[in-house]
Amino acid sequence: MSQERSGADILVDSLTRLGVEVVFGYPGGAVLPIYDALFEHSAIKHVLVRHEAGAAHAAEGYARSTGKPGVVLVTSGPGATNAVTGIADALMDSIPLVVITGQVPTSVIGSDAFQEADTVGITRHCCKHNYLVKDPADLAAVIDEAFQIATTGRPGPVVVDIPKNVQIATAPWSEAAPQRRNRYAPRTSGSADEITRAVELMAAAKQPVLYTGGGVINSGPKASDLLRRLQALTGAPLTSTLMGLGAFPADHPDWLGMLGMHGTYEANMAMNKADLIVCVGARFDDRVTGRLDAFAPDATKIHIDIDRSSINKTVPVDLPIVGDCAVILEQLITEWSARKPQELAEWKARIDGWRARKSLSYPRSAKAIAPQLAVERLFALTRELDPIITTEVGQHQMWAAQHFGFYAPNRWLTSGGLGTMGYGLPAAIGAQMGNPDKLVIDIAGDASIQMNIQEMGTATQYRLPVKVFTLNNEFMGMVRQWQELTYESRYSNSYSDSLPDFVKLAEAYGWKGIRIENEDQLDAGIKAMIEHQGPVFVDCLVAKEDNCFPMIPSGAAHTEMLLYGDTVEGTMDDEAKALV
Amino acid sequence: MKITKEAEERHVLTVIVDNEAGILAKIAGLFTARGYNIDSLTVADITENHAVSRITIVTHGPPAQIDQIHAQLERLVPVHKVIDLTEFGPHVERELALVKVTGTGDARVEALRLADIFRAKPVDTTTSSFIFELTGAPDKIDTFIGLMRELGLVEVGRTGVVGMARGTQGV
Repeated sequence: MSQERSGADILVDSLTRLGVEVVFGYPGGAVLPIYDALFEHSAIKHVLVRHEAGAAHAAEGYARSTGKPGVVLVTSGPGATNAVTGIADALMDSIPLVVITGQVPTSVIGSDAFQEADTVGITRHCCKHNYLVKDPADLAAVIDEAFQIATTGRPGPVVVDIPKNVQIATAPWSEAAPQRRNRYAPRTSGSADEITRAVELMAAAKQPVLYTGGGVINSGPKASDLLRRLQALTGAPLTSTLMGLGAFPADHPDWLGMLGMHGTYEANMAMNKADLIVCVGARFDDRVTGRLDAFAPDATKIHIDIDRSSINKTVPVDLPIVGDCAVILEQLITEWSARKPQELAEWKARIDGWRARKSLSYPRSAKAIAPQLAVERLFALTRELDPIITTEVGQHQMWAAQHFGFYAPNRWLTSGGLGTMGYGLPAAIGAQMGNPDKLVIDIAGDASIQMNIQEMGTATQYRLPVKVFTLNNEFMGMVRQWQELTYESRYSNSYSDSLPDFVKLAEAYGWKGIRIENEDQLDAGIKAMIEHQGPVFVDCLVAKEDNCFPMIPSGAAHTEMLLYGDTVEGTMDDEAKALV
Repeated sequence: MKITKEAEERHVLTVIVDNEAGILAKIAGLFTARGYNIDSLTVADITENHAVSRITIVTHGPPAQIDQIHAQLERLVPVHKVIDLTEFGPHVERELALVKVTGTGDARVEALRLADIFRAKPVDTTTSSFIFELTGAPDKIDTFIGLMRELGLVEVGRTGVVGMARGTQGV
């Protein structure tokens, strides 16, 4: 049966039909009809953020922790432009988002109307796809396709810009799902040939490494199970990118830790000396490879990726397989069948030699809490609770990646590709919305947390018991570290001056505030944080000038890591300085 | 520190796309955003219902970059198909040019004689000028324009290349 409905009603009904439970948004003039349609709508819960950047990151946190697409609703002009960072972040980290933006009426588009911005133009290159809907009759099919594009293939953000008059005008609505154009059909499985060759290479390898990434997480929990099964069959040691943490258990004897710029010595050395690298859902990012001409020089490389454009983008590979990680891992396991891997004892003994360097050990001092220790204690005291961890961006993020152990996918939410400071708190709010009974902790830094600190109000309003654990060193620590290593410790504008009293700030928002000033207070402070039912802000004062090691400096190879205790020159040549 | 450059190749790409608002901006923007080159770009819809357009892009870059361009174009949702004609092999490239030449006396006669050799057609004439219409592969047009430069060339308009693979197969 078909009836006439307004564009706003068609939108809300389409979202309901697609199973959307939560929308993160902020109202404004150009979305008032949609907000009116949402008013007293029982199936969709709206979370009112304090800034549109918070809405986009919250939706990302929701998506990463639940595997479901995150939905954002913001107004035209500044509403849309404020959400752009989150959209770009979701594109870089392949997070499924559907971002609905209000737009000025079609009759005034292009006239520099109040709160007009060319949202489709601005977001064109930072989203997977976008639409300007000019007729409410198109809306149901567009929303349907937007969700399909956001969630299938390599996931990503899709923007749907809806002018205000299109929200008010009516069109026929039918309960039946709209006829969707069948134009987006990414390849998901590998050819029999590719699978056979991959298994032959894996069975013949004497020094194999599995190098896995966020693609395994995005492919769903099944992919993590399959990865563990393939690893058990092949016995290959496994390392992961920042985005892939949790796909493989951190206490497994073949776990090498994270690789790359702040990865472990054993992971990077194993990559360098491997004879076979099987890349599963990772993209040879510059933070992972170090200097390209010295990256895994003797390895045959297999690259499994759902995005064909990731293949050979930075590192040429010998065997690309385009498809979904879970599907291809299953194909590989079936093809492997009852094969036996090569004797890997010698390879693992070499790895143990590198492991013995204990690259994650760090200096302790009686004067101040080592930030690494704070993360270790946080991990030890929350491990049994299987928490979800979000982070901001900087030293604290790397220390969290290094010293917090992950055992399951969708527990580690961090801004990897874009490196967005201010990501962690709204992401924690989104994750808590999607996982009301879980312990959700934002491991933060004193500089990053201030980039979206207004979202504390959102947590208060919706009674979300998120915890913010801030490693406060009164610096933009990673910037300071690079200035120490590259610019002879000239700390240009990297000092956090005029910090607020975070405990008082927490209390002002109705949160509990806890300050930890020395090692003796560390465990008690963390326990008090866990035990408190509501949101908690922990201001953990840590050593001010600790560096995050190990580190591959800019332009260096995997074998040229800086470890704690190495002497650092404090300068770099121009070639290295010019790298990001 | 000095900036170094790699050896580059010229490629002709045919891109079949949904004829929807913003697709040209999306493709042109992809080239600028990722630092690829566009030597020429033509676009027109090619189906009866105006639903599908054919874009021909001439680009140059190192081989690995050409491969990336191909992959990056293919992952855009409205893109149906990308064919690298240069990679494909034998293909036809054609471009149309309008060339305005002024002059009198011997130069004018010579311009007309050369136009005849190149099968360029005068489509407008005054007692002291011609506009020639010429189609052909880009280097033929380059050569003709080069000759006209000596004979009073005042203006050139070119469409950019359209291309198609030889043989019975369609895209």
